[in-house]
Amino acid sequence: MTRDDSAASGTSSDGAMAAAAVSAAAASASVDSASADSASGPIGGGIVSAAAPRGPLAMEAISLLKDFRLGHGQSVHAVRDVSFNLYRGGVVALVGESGSGKSTVARLLAGQERLTSGTIRLDGKTVSIASRRAFREYKSEVQLVFQDPFSSLNPVHTVGYHLARPVRLHQGKKSNQDVQREIVALLQQVRMTPADKFTGKFPHELSGGQRQRVAFARALAARPKVLLADEPVSMLDVSIRLEVLSMLDELRRRFQLALLYITHDIASARYFADEVIVLYAGEVVERGPAEELTQHPAHPYTQLLVASAPDPDHLGSTLRDGPRPDSRKSGQAVAVTVGCPFNPRCPFADDKCRAEAPVLQRIAADRAAACWHLDVAAPDVLASRQGGGDLTN
Amino acid sequence: MTDATGSAVREPVLTISDFSVAYRTPGGDVRAVDKVNLTLHAGEVIGLAGESGAGKSTLGYGACRLLRAPAIITGGSVKYQGRRLSQPVDITQLTPDQLQQLRWREIAMVFQSAMNALNPVLNVQDQIVDVIRVHLGLSRKAAAEKAAGLLDLVSIPRSRLRSYPHELSGGMRQRIMIAMALATDPEIVIMDEPTTALDVVVQRDILAQIVELKETLGFSIIFITHDISLLLELADRIAVMYAGKLIEVGTAAEMQHEPAHPYTKGLLNSFPSLHGPRRELAGIPGSPPDLNNPPPGCAFLPRCGYGTEACTRIDMSLAPVSTSADPSHLTACPFVQPGTPLPARGRGLGIVGADGAADPADAVELAGQPPARTAGIPGDAPLAHALAPDAATALAAADGTGPGQEEPER
Repeated sequence: MTRDDSAASGTSSDGAMAAAAVSAAAASASVDSASADSASGPIGGGIVSAAAPRGPLAMEAISLLKDFRLGHGQSVHAVRDVSFNLYRGGVVALVGESGSGKSTVARLLAGQERLTSGTIRLDGKTVSIASRRAFREYKSEVQLVFQDPFSSLNPVHTVGYHLARPVRLHQGKKSNQDVQREIVALLQQVRMTPADKFTGKFPHELSGGQRQRVAFARALAARPKVLLADEPVSMLDVSIRLEVLSMLDELRRRFQLALLYITHDIASARYFADEVIVLYAGEVVERGPAEELTQHPAHPYTQLLVASAPDPDHLGSTLRDGPRPDSRKSGQAVAVTVGCPFNPRCPFADDKCRAEAPVLQRIAADRAAACWHLDVAAPDVLASRQGGGDLTN
Repeated sequence: MTDATGSAVREPVLTISDFSVAYRTPGGDVRAVDKVNLTLHAGEVIGLAGESGAGKSTLGYGACRLLRAPAIITGGSVKYQGRRLSQPVDITQLTPDQLQQLRWREIAMVFQSAMNALNPVLNVQDQIVDVIRVHLGLSRKAAAEKAAGLLDLVSIPRSRLRSYPHELSGGMRQRIMIAMALATDPEIVIMDEPTTALDVVVQRDILAQIVELKETLGFSIIFITHDISLLLELADRIAVMYAGKLIEVGTAAEMQHEPAHPYTKGLLNSFPSLHGPRRELAGIPGSPPDLNNPPPGCAFLPRCGYGTEACTRIDMSLAPVSTSADPSHLTACPFVQPGTPLPARGRGLGIVGADGAADPADAVELAGQPPARTAGIPGDAPLAHALAPDAATALAAADGTGPGQEEPER
């Protein structure tokens, strides 16, 4: 690890970061200046984000598309036409299984991967990272925190070193005293007190929860507007997770962070996020306010996710009855090139689903799902929301 | 459930008595498992819950003597009584040869990290055949036939026999691990976080499959996890471990509806539920204690909201919950009852919607907790030298913030 200038330097693909060229041509000029309008305005498909009331618009992801070449002329669509907005002080959760593209979205937003097509805007300006300098400037606004606190910190450096680098780089603090004062403040912000006890420690002397706090402190050192948290608690013990999440929630409030919370745990998204976006095979299959979406999932995949979460309130209900008939197909998500990506696993799939991919369909002002058969899959959601949706129009 | 299946009247297959494991370190013994008593009955699923470093894996591995130095068994016995054995054996007294016959044949393990547990240069068939030939002595052909049958059992197409581990998804690898564990028709399967690395949908499939296989094949399970919400659904009985000791044992229903120990109450309040009304989550502040230098009395005291001075004098032995009708519902806390409400800590995600609700006074973090002694993999050298040297001061600091405010029951 040679570059410590960002929280993002923990992974191996630093080489790919240098230039995430964004095609400016795709940007329609009209939205650029109209941040007041777009702050509450519609995003892809005329859906208003449930996180919008939290604060001003910080970041826009517009029709993100990312292909990975496999060779032999083949490629994988890791992310397909994903659009959403992040608002200061708001939490958007990106939920999906491994391989659904959620981490790729985070890496695209962090400038670590080059977009195949699409636009990212920060504060209304199209992001273009053409130089190292531009990348560093971008990094001081947008920070990424990784899942694995065991590999994202450098084992040969102390906590103090991990924090001093970004403080010098992003805050321009020169004197050692200033830097030390800032480090103490950062550690206090992530509830690591007394701070001076931790500055000299090495990562192996910290627990998983403490390491993740250091990772957050390092991200905060850049004083970012946008924080992308990629599965920040999934490697931690259940009893520790809540502490870290509540700390993150406090940071969001205190610094008006626009937070993207990436997780496979839809239950934590229910408690933590304003808006939940469900990804499947790189596509948004459903989005909506966290509570509504988790309590009344519309898309068959969201329904499967919700049904799969451990549910202590129905002791042994489904587990002991044995697996559901369709669940056995789920071992591998089959690569689907035509039609709805979920169709091989979907109980409602028919010929139309196999032939034609559904687009995000507006259910209400702040809710949408990509499914041809919402009337069969989620009649209750349609019925209740169409009435409510009209009111907000 | 427990009552329906009548696990209480079934034969015990594994009786762990006063079992202790310590890690020998230059700084003295770390008591990773301390006088644990637990009985596994035929066909029963016991869930072993606790956070990293609680000693749950050490207990699981220790029970089949899979630990390597510097871990040593310092006391107690593990009595195994299988259908194939004429008389019970004490696993702690077996010779290496006898142990080899017992392991896998009688007690099989499913390890947490299937990617690491599978040999990357052998294909699936070779790995399974290897196990079968060593432990059952079948011919290569018969073993291959059985390997194919095992894949059927875990719903993996036979075409995958030729696949190498890296060609399989995480869920498939974990299924292969389960298939291999079941290859010798064991009496007991010890599963160490078998689904932790998996997605929820896959996790559920695998758990359902485990339950199904257990019903068909009739083995017993010790299921080790830090996720108590899984156990509430899966296990017949749950044993909660903290700092090397069992602190509560009861049926899944008892644990859910009448948790007695403050730590269990805290665990149950730590995870967001997807179903039902939004609850206020409290979590458990602080970190597990330094086992190198355990605090006197109850090890949970620094993190317990109910604690009083009297807690420093108890010895954390299990006793029946006084308010419970079930004498096998045991708790290590003599003060708190199932009905005692949670101490008002008021920090948590349940209040996400209400801005400004977080209390800065709560933002006190316990320091100096031991990162080491994860004891995950047998033979894994404990990093005891890395233990925070100043844990005593940390605990002292914690004492000021944690206990003392709440009146104890009784």
